[in-house]
Amino acid sequence: MIIESWVLVLLQVLLYAALAPLLTGWIRKVKARLQNRRGASIFQPYRELYKLFTKEARMAHTASILYRAAPYIVFVATWLAASAIPLVATGLPTAAIADVIVIAGLLGLARFFLALAGMDVGTAFGGMGASREMLVSALAEPAMLMAMFTLAMTAHTTNLSSMVDYQMASGNILRPSYMFALAGLMLVAIAETGRIPVDNPATHLELTMIHEAMILEYSGRHLALMEWAAQLKLMLYGTLLANIFFPWGIALKADMPSLGIGLLLVMIKLAVLGIVLAAGESVLAKMRVFRVPAFLNLAFLLALLGLLSHVILEVGS
Amino acid sequence: MSLDHLSLLEQLMLVLAAIALFTSFILLEQARLVASIHAFAWQGALAAAVTTVVAASGGHTHLYFSAVLTLCLKALLIPWMLHRLVRKLELDRQIEPLRHPALVIMFAVALVIFSYWLVLPMVQQELVFTRNIVAVSLAIVLIGLLMMVVRQQAVVQVLGFMSMENGLFLAAVSATGGMPLVVELGVAFDVLVAMVLFGVFFFQIRESIDSLNVDRLNRLTERTEEER
Amino acid sequence: MNMLLLMVFAPLAGALLLALVRSLGRAGWVNVLVCTITFGAALGLARDVIREGVIMGMTFRVDPFNVYLLVLTAFIGMTTSIFSRPYMQYVCDSGKTNARGMRLYHVMFQLFMFTMLLALSTDNLGILWVAVEGATLATVLLVSLYRTPEAIEAAWKYFILCGVGIALALFGTVLLYFAAQRVVPDPATGLTWSVLYEIAPLLQPSIMSLAFVFLLIGYGTKVGLVPMHQWLPDAHSEGPTPMSAVLSGLLLNVALYAVVRLKMLVDGSLSGTTSPHMAGYLLMGFGMLSFLVAGLFLHRQRDIKRMFSYSSIEHMGLMTFAFGLGGPLATFGALLHMLVHSLTKSAIFVTVGHATHIAGTQSIDHIRGLIRTQPAVGWLLLIGVAAIAGFPPFGVFTSEFLLLTATIQSQPWFTVALLGGLVVAFAGLFRHLHPMVYGPVPEGQQAVQANMVPVLLHLGLVLWLGLSIPGFLARWLDRATELITGAHLL
Repeated sequence: MIIESWVLVLLQVLLYAALAPLLTGWIRKVKARLQNRRGASIFQPYRELYKLFTKEARMAHTASILYRAAPYIVFVATWLAASAIPLVATGLPTAAIADVIVIAGLLGLARFFLALAGMDVGTAFGGMGASREMLVSALAEPAMLMAMFTLAMTAHTTNLSSMVDYQMASGNILRPSYMFALAGLMLVAIAETGRIPVDNPATHLELTMIHEAMILEYSGRHLALMEWAAQLKLMLYGTLLANIFFPWGIALKADMPSLGIGLLLVMIKLAVLGIVLAAGESVLAKMRVFRVPAFLNLAFLLALLGLLSHVILEVGS
Repeated sequence: MSLDHLSLLEQLMLVLAAIALFTSFILLEQARLVASIHAFAWQGALAAAVTTVVAASGGHTHLYFSAVLTLCLKALLIPWMLHRLVRKLELDRQIEPLRHPALVIMFAVALVIFSYWLVLPMVQQELVFTRNIVAVSLAIVLIGLLMMVVRQQAVVQVLGFMSMENGLFLAAVSATGGMPLVVELGVAFDVLVAMVLFGVFFFQIRESIDSLNVDRLNRLTERTEEER
Repeated sequence: MNMLLLMVFAPLAGALLLALVRSLGRAGWVNVLVCTITFGAALGLARDVIREGVIMGMTFRVDPFNVYLLVLTAFIGMTTSIFSRPYMQYVCDSGKTNARGMRLYHVMFQLFMFTMLLALSTDNLGILWVAVEGATLATVLLVSLYRTPEAIEAAWKYFILCGVGIALALFGTVLLYFAAQRVVPDPATGLTWSVLYEIAPLLQPSIMSLAFVFLLIGYGTKVGLVPMHQWLPDAHSEGPTPMSAVLSGLLLNVALYAVVRLKMLVDGSLSGTTSPHMAGYLLMGFGMLSFLVAGLFLHRQRDIKRMFSYSSIEHMGLMTFAFGLGGPLATFGALLHMLVHSLTKSAIFVTVGHATHIAGTQSIDHIRGLIRTQPAVGWLLLIGVAAIAGFPPFGVFTSEFLLLTATIQSQPWFTVALLGGLVVAFAGLFRHLHPMVYGPVPEGQQAVQANMVPVLLHLGLVLWLGLSIPGFLARWLDRATELITGAHLL
């Protein structure tokens, strides 16, 4: 039984790493279709990662040990955070670390090293990207935590997998607090993963970059790891939204049919979220950087309203 | 968690009330006048929806009529009148940004918490499922009041006033299952007449001070008396 | 019952009629006629109430408390309409407004009377709210009748402040209905005052206290209690003078009547708890604050109508304090004060209308020598101000004396504040009045056509009430006192 669950854990971890580029490819494809282009195949990100891994990693002569270590730290931290979130099954041994605060901490660690790496070489763009990233994350973090605490108060735990279990057990209930928390988390997800309208993932115009600016100097396997980490982060948030708010289909038992159904359903949910994101990106324009705080204030307000709704409307006397 | 004991309709009512509170916040912060009017129309529609849900789950038939009345008045007629006025006053493209938006929003959230605390003794006694919405409706009233205080454009102040009336209607429906029909009709009539008078007033104000920024209506103070 | 219906609906019919009458002269006479009919009906109603006691039916209720207010309202409406007929002709001729404005004025005047009479005679607290809000709406356009920037500002302030206040009062009414619904036998009567008064001890005290706070702030805005009074000086001074007369004399009374009715319910509800006088204390606090602040503000005024509207705030504060004090003596004094204050204040405003007509301005600094230019106006203004300041032998002295006696008996320390405030107000009024009446006459100031009969009538009544209150009126007020406080005075 123990061996089985650890095998499941390994499976889930590998699935995350394997499916993350697929999600990115799918989003790009949908966006292309919406913009009337044919778009690259959905497996293109795999090819890009492969290409980058085979290339030589060049570094500036001003780069320090931090610069070389950062891609690995960022990738591992993001992967660890992502793999704790229930993807196809709950109740795994890693459920113990699937705590909201732990995940926020791991993502914070990754972001910290990313920002340092951006500043390490001493270019202007790196510093600019790092400072913007810190601004966005400083404002997004309270919103995310507030939304997660709303969920935590309903489920009486901060553990994600317990939250999913609670949600499955309580059946179909419309909660205003969940609605607001969902809206707030979607806005936070857009900000944290660097999508339009906060940051354009495909741009290389110097003055509009946030994430791209920090990894501008990287090449070869370092760049591959950074890109993969970004894709993992997107999948992390997608899975968070899909499996916490709409957990139906997650395998509660560890047998093949439930796992299969769980995998299929989560892929469908992620695909739908991908379509929503792509549609949003096509319709909205990127905001100017000084308006990002207003966007994140809206996210915080939504999360706060979720908490207030929970206390006022949902708690019995 | 008492939500499990509520039927789907009752949960829907809570969701609708929460969205109505959110539209209050939108009204408070929205700089574009036309968008504010739309937010107000949505708030009226949501109030009517809550009333319909209460009527359906509680079996009060006169509430259906109130819901239809509110929908026609607050979601259709009054926004339409405001739209027409805005077009005649040529304010379609005007933007009036809120100064200190973060402070105002924080104060609005404090008002929500305050109204929750205020109706707590009331809420603790009742076993009716609508009791929690009373706090939300008082919050909508107080946020409407806040809107009238912090915004300076006359049309936006009127929106704040109408939003207060929305909150009061919601309070009546949620706390008491609807006021007697005669009173409801009287209140609706008063609101309509008030709207008509406001419309007349916008033109009078604009004629006299050539703008709708009511902060410029400041000739009647104690100080002016000495200068005369 | 017929008298009641006639009294309440005659103004409504008059409003509809006046909407059709085009000529100003005829409109003035129709106005007077309708008001006279209303007054006649009110007298008939009073006679019915004296004979039968309480008259109830069709959501109306006329008992000793509101019957004399109804007669007072109809009477002052009638005398004001008599004053307004030539005065508005002068206003129209001097170009301050036009024929359309005059039609609006007459229609709104009658609608205003209708809503006030409805508010005073209804038994349903919801309809009371609707009528008070209706009274606000009816007068809002009249305050801005002259279309000057100041008038529009005053009207906007009036509309917004009173609108917000009334909205809070509606929340209070909702809370009251909520409390009532749980104990009242027939849910359809949840807002009927008579029913609620019978079962008042059953109403939940915590909810009633919360409701009363909202209701006091809401209706208190319309009474002109500090700090919700900001609209009052502006609205009363910028509107046409007949409007100031009825607003000061009548609408403030109606709002205070609403507060007192609700206080009766709250007192019944709180009677068994640890703080049974909460409502009274709140009223006393607001009343004393209004009284003192208004008295101080009186001194700073440069506009004659603003000065008298602060005097109105001061007197309403005094009445609120008296009702808050409770007990038969103070309540009798407050009821008498409502009566004499309305009569005196409306008389003063009528005289002020003539005075401003003579001087051509509302500014105190520019009105001089009234007594020499037109002795009738000068003397009556002097006497009116003496009456309102509380000189014996006028009625205001009697009611203030009763109030002071009651205060000394129950809350002695407040007497100091009361006396101080009365002295301050008296000083302020006379300081401004003296140069207006006795100062040097400016060039070219001439007497005007002025019908002083309404003023003489009002002041005469106030003098009569001060010298010797007629027996039937004293017994009438006594019955109202008994209704409010549960104890007789006489």
